Amino acid sequence: MGWGVPQHAISQKVPMTAAVEFQSVSRHFGPVKAVDSVDLTIAEGAFFAMLGPSGSGKTTCLRLISGFETPTGGAIRIFGEDVSATPPHLRNVNTVFQDYALFPHMNVRDNVAYGLMVKGMGRAARLARAEEMLALVKLDGYGDRKPAQLSGGQRQRVALARALVNEPRVLLLDEPLGALDLKLREAMQDELKALQHRLGITFIFVTHDQHEALSMADSLAVFNEGRIAQIGTPAEIYDRPATRFVADFVGSSNVLPPDLTRALGGPAQWASLRPENTRLAASGPVTGTVTALRYLGSGTRVVLDLGGTEVAALLPAGQPLPEPGAALSIAFDPAALHVMGDAA
Amino acid sequence: MSREAIFPARGPADRLTAAFWRHPRLLLGLLLTPPLLWLGVVYLGSLAALLLQSFYSIDEFSGMVVPEFTLKTYAELLRPSNYDVILRTLLMSAAVTLGCAVIAFPIAYYAARFARGRLKALFYLGVMLPLWSSYLVKVYAWKLILAKEGIITWAAESTHTSGILNAILALPVIGGNSLSTSYVGMFLVFTYVWLPYMILPMQAALERVPTSMLEASQDLGATRAQTFRTVILPLALPGVIAGSIFTFSLTMGDYIIPQIVGNSANFIGMAVYQLQGTAGNIPLAAAFAVVPILIMLVYLTLARRAGAFDAL
Repeated sequence: MGWGVPQHAISQKVPMTAAVEFQSVSRHFGPVKAVDSVDLTIAEGAFFAMLGPSGSGKTTCLRLISGFETPTGGAIRIFGEDVSATPPHLRNVNTVFQDYALFPHMNVRDNVAYGLMVKGMGRAARLARAEEMLALVKLDGYGDRKPAQLSGGQRQRVALARALVNEPRVLLLDEPLGALDLKLREAMQDELKALQHRLGITFIFVTHDQHEALSMADSLAVFNEGRIAQIGTPAEIYDRPATRFVADFVGSSNVLPPDLTRALGGPAQWASLRPENTRLAASGPVTGTVTALRYLGSGTRVVLDLGGTEVAALLPAGQPLPEPGAALSIAFDPAALHVMGDAA
Repeated sequence: MSREAIFPARGPADRLTAAFWRHPRLLLGLLLTPPLLWLGVVYLGSLAALLLQSFYSIDEFSGMVVPEFTLKTYAELLRPSNYDVILRTLLMSAAVTLGCAVIAFPIAYYAARFARGRLKALFYLGVMLPLWSSYLVKVYAWKLILAKEGIITWAAESTHTSGILNAILALPVIGGNSLSTSYVGMFLVFTYVWLPYMILPMQAALERVPTSMLEASQDLGATRAQTFRTVILPLALPGVIAGSIFTFSLTMGDYIIPQIVGNSANFIGMAVYQLQGTAGNIPLAAAFAVVPILIMLVYLTLARRAGAFDAL
């Protein structure tokens, strides 16, 4: 027992059953289709992100895995086992809640040992195990404190230790970094990634922050209106968005309508062009006016109105900036233009 | 060209507001003075007077109060007849508190967790409505309900469950001739009249327990019973204690219900009423009145020791 050796990580290359599998899963609340006929396979040992705006169904999907929601259609399998009739407390899946949900009347050690206590493990054994978990999240020595005496980042670590003490095969994280400030968020991203690598278990996290999803996940699903718009690796999603929604939501890409794409030298189809691949040019096939400049520190985002379509170009710091209202065109490497299907 | 003033001219009301803004303690002091006078002088003052009286004694021949400090009056409390009154009141208060807690919990839990919108309004109305009608009317109504000729006896007869009713009435001590003349009947009436005072604080406490905490407990493998015991109950305990303070102290001080319902056995409230009225023994009445205060202090200390307020 225990996690001395990341067993799952070693055997990762052998093909095996998926950690989590959705088969046309739906969760409708009356007329509201929170999750609508979603198919999804999450490989064992993956660091998987569910990305989408609020109300897109990503959190409901997470709650379907933990068992706090039941599907109104379709089947969910965890390691090949249909869990439709399995209540949350019998699933070998644990959750780090968005508000951490630490028990305020227990100290940190008892919070972490809670999962072992309800399973009937003896007091000495479970408290010793809780100390090990606290050491894992670098909180040794904090066992006697109450959750109210901890900072936001420390509470998050306690929530992590408490979820991991049950040795789940899948760990669910609901907006894990949402409540932390920027600096802490970046440090925690690296730490979560390292922890997942060390434990070798499947991490599934929900976020509305594309930077978080792209930097932490090794694969992700982009949700929109209860459906999955695209599944892939961060590079696939970023470089080759499947739909206009994905292009716009992930990295705020320029979405070009068919006639503009053609005018700029591409096929007459919807296309995506990243602002960082877009340069300003004095003249070109289509000219427009500069409508807005946004200073970002590392560069400046210049927005042009090209025949009714807003197109942004990211200028690196130090380059001369155009005046608002100036007439300019854009230029780009043709390889950077990604032609999409017709899907919204 | 003269510019308009940036700050418009000020009247006396504006100057007062500004004064309050510059001296925040001034407003606080003004707001707190009347309630502090009320609490400090009227309430605590009379409590001190009461305490003082309880250390006086009564001259057995003349019936006059002797204003000399003595513990004689407190010693009288320990006489079997007086001691019985205290014990009886204490047991009844404990039973009523327990009964209220058991009945109130499901109601409060439902209201806090599931009732929304109109249902919630209905809940508040249902809990508060009995408080709007006269206390005496309710107690007399209960006397009729519980009487031998009352609706409970009738209902038991028509459903052929008189056996159960008679078995309850045949119980030693708490049984009696009819429900309205037994401790069981008194317990029912007390539980009914004080129930809202238990439901409301309990519901307020349960409302503050986030759903995610119950989900976290289940997520970590707890059954419903375990979640109730280890998460819901400890978090709701301050509310339960608050409610029990009401039900406990209200029962201990009541002198009307024991007079109307029950077997006319004496309770602390009745004893105080009789001693300060007909008997004219103010010191003993005061000593009796101190007993509930002491019991509440002991109760709260024990609750605190047991960690009932840890979740506050």
